[in-house]
Amino acid sequence: MNDDLDWVAASGRRAKGKRPQFFDEPALDRLYSTVFALAAEVSALRERQDTLERLLEQHGVMKREEIDRYEPDRAAGDERGLATRAYIARIMRGFQQEVEAIEASDPPIMDIVEKLARE
Amino acid sequence: MAKNLPPPYTAMSRHPMMPRASHDEAARFNFLTHFNRYLSGPIGAGNRLAYEKRVLPAFRTEHGRDPEHRYEIRDAMNNDSWHRMWSALKRNSMEMRQHNGRQVVLRQLDELDAMARQFNEHSGMLELDPAIAQPDYQTMVDIHCQPGGYHGGERAGDVTVGANYDVGLFATTGGALGGLNDGGGQAVVGWVKAERPDWKPRRILDIGCTVGHNAVPIAQAFPDAEVIAIDTAAASLRYGAARAAAIGVSNIRFVQASGEDLSRWADGHFDWVQTTMFLHELSAKAMPRIMQEANRALAPGGLILHIEQPQYSDQMPLFEQFMRDWDAFNNNEPFWTAMHGQDLKEVMAKAGFPHDSQFVAGVRAVVDPAIFPPSPDEGEEDFGRAAIWNAYGAWKPLAKAEAA
Repeated sequence: MNDDLDWVAASGRRAKGKRPQFFDEPALDRLYSTVFALAAEVSALRERQDTLERLLEQHGVMKREEIDRYEPDRAAGDERGLATRAYIARIMRGFQQEVEAIEASDPPIMDIVEKLARE
Repeated sequence: MAKNLPPPYTAMSRHPMMPRASHDEAARFNFLTHFNRYLSGPIGAGNRLAYEKRVLPAFRTEHGRDPEHRYEIRDAMNNDSWHRMWSALKRNSMEMRQHNGRQVVLRQLDELDAMARQFNEHSGMLELDPAIAQPDYQTMVDIHCQPGGYHGGERAGDVTVGANYDVGLFATTGGALGGLNDGGGQAVVGWVKAERPDWKPRRILDIGCTVGHNAVPIAQAFPDAEVIAIDTAAASLRYGAARAAAIGVSNIRFVQASGEDLSRWADGHFDWVQTTMFLHELSAKAMPRIMQEANRALAPGGLILHIEQPQYSDQMPLFEQFMRDWDAFNNNEPFWTAMHGQDLKEVMAKAGFPHDSQFVAGVRAVVDPAIFPPSPDEGEEDFGRAAIWNAYGAWKPLAKAEAA
């Protein structure tokens, strides 16, 4: 773990360059980014659950009803909190990067396409 | 059925410099790998259908003719509801790949930076030059939406962008580049060894090497050769040199330098000058300068080889050109469209490689077929990302060539 670097915030940094607006309603662009990050997360969760179930079955070390009885202690709660924060940063990337884009005011990509085609 | 499935992310080779992906981070890459294949395959077909069934007929009604340029198709398709939705999905997939890669890298950046420093101090394979400026075409936008491009970073001396490039290439190529992302370099090696089985190049230059994933397999295949891998981006070279050392390659040096100025190397110094998926990230003025410098630094009888996606030509349907152009406008590859519109053979001829010394060959990624299935093609190609390329090359004539 890095002490000085806020890796959750830093990982969501916007790529320099004006982002295309795909829909007339900007909220739709935002909605897509959230929905598909969520879709990825659901897929990852399913994969993790599949791994877990396969390992449990393989080793026969745990009964599945124990999962329902589990309560995290303070350290486990902190670990889960950090993971939740990183998760929110993932699903909210589109919103966060739009704030950065308002500040950055990039020119249209066609300006750069034409400039690079000339120079 | 199974042969159509991409390999799991865990099939990647975990060399010591490769950032360690957790179970869920690997699972996110698995989702993106499948998602990208789905976007280019089953629902990518919607773009052609929308074009043929409604966009093209509407264009004909309005203009009384067919589109005459890929940009006319782009303007029309950008008003089509399907293409807009599909593009929004594709853009998000690219952004998610970057975000996931950066989360993997940044949470372990202290360890990665420390390990890179150790490898680079001990190997002596990294040579940085702070006087090398980042060219405009590398800094105007962050290339392929990679935050920081190839050159940026989170702090001085870090390996973030190089590590992120290496850790996530798998997701956008669907694993088609193999366990070390080196299927392109392996393909080049395969082509050269088949073409000139007894050729023993002594000095090889790779221009625009980024993390060296295409230069390292060349060094491995020619252990008696000295490979120089150059890039303007120190952030990528730091990771690339450490990665090469971690893999156990010692006959390669990562040097911060621009392909536009190879003056530190004498005329005819290299037997082989290579670029791989690099030319489209330049500019109209930089590309011929690099070609001319490559020509000067290449020995008579030597090989120049550029691996690229196919150039647009009158033989390529405008709709395909439009699809191949998607990354230029939607994934921060702004020179892609102008570059692919050029006649590379003419560009090379002007740089001093006579037409009769040139050739174009088709190559595809060489990977372990037991683990990595071939890149989808024929109707399912993920335009611009398939591991199927054209090699534009020349054997420099023995008598020193004048510009054609």
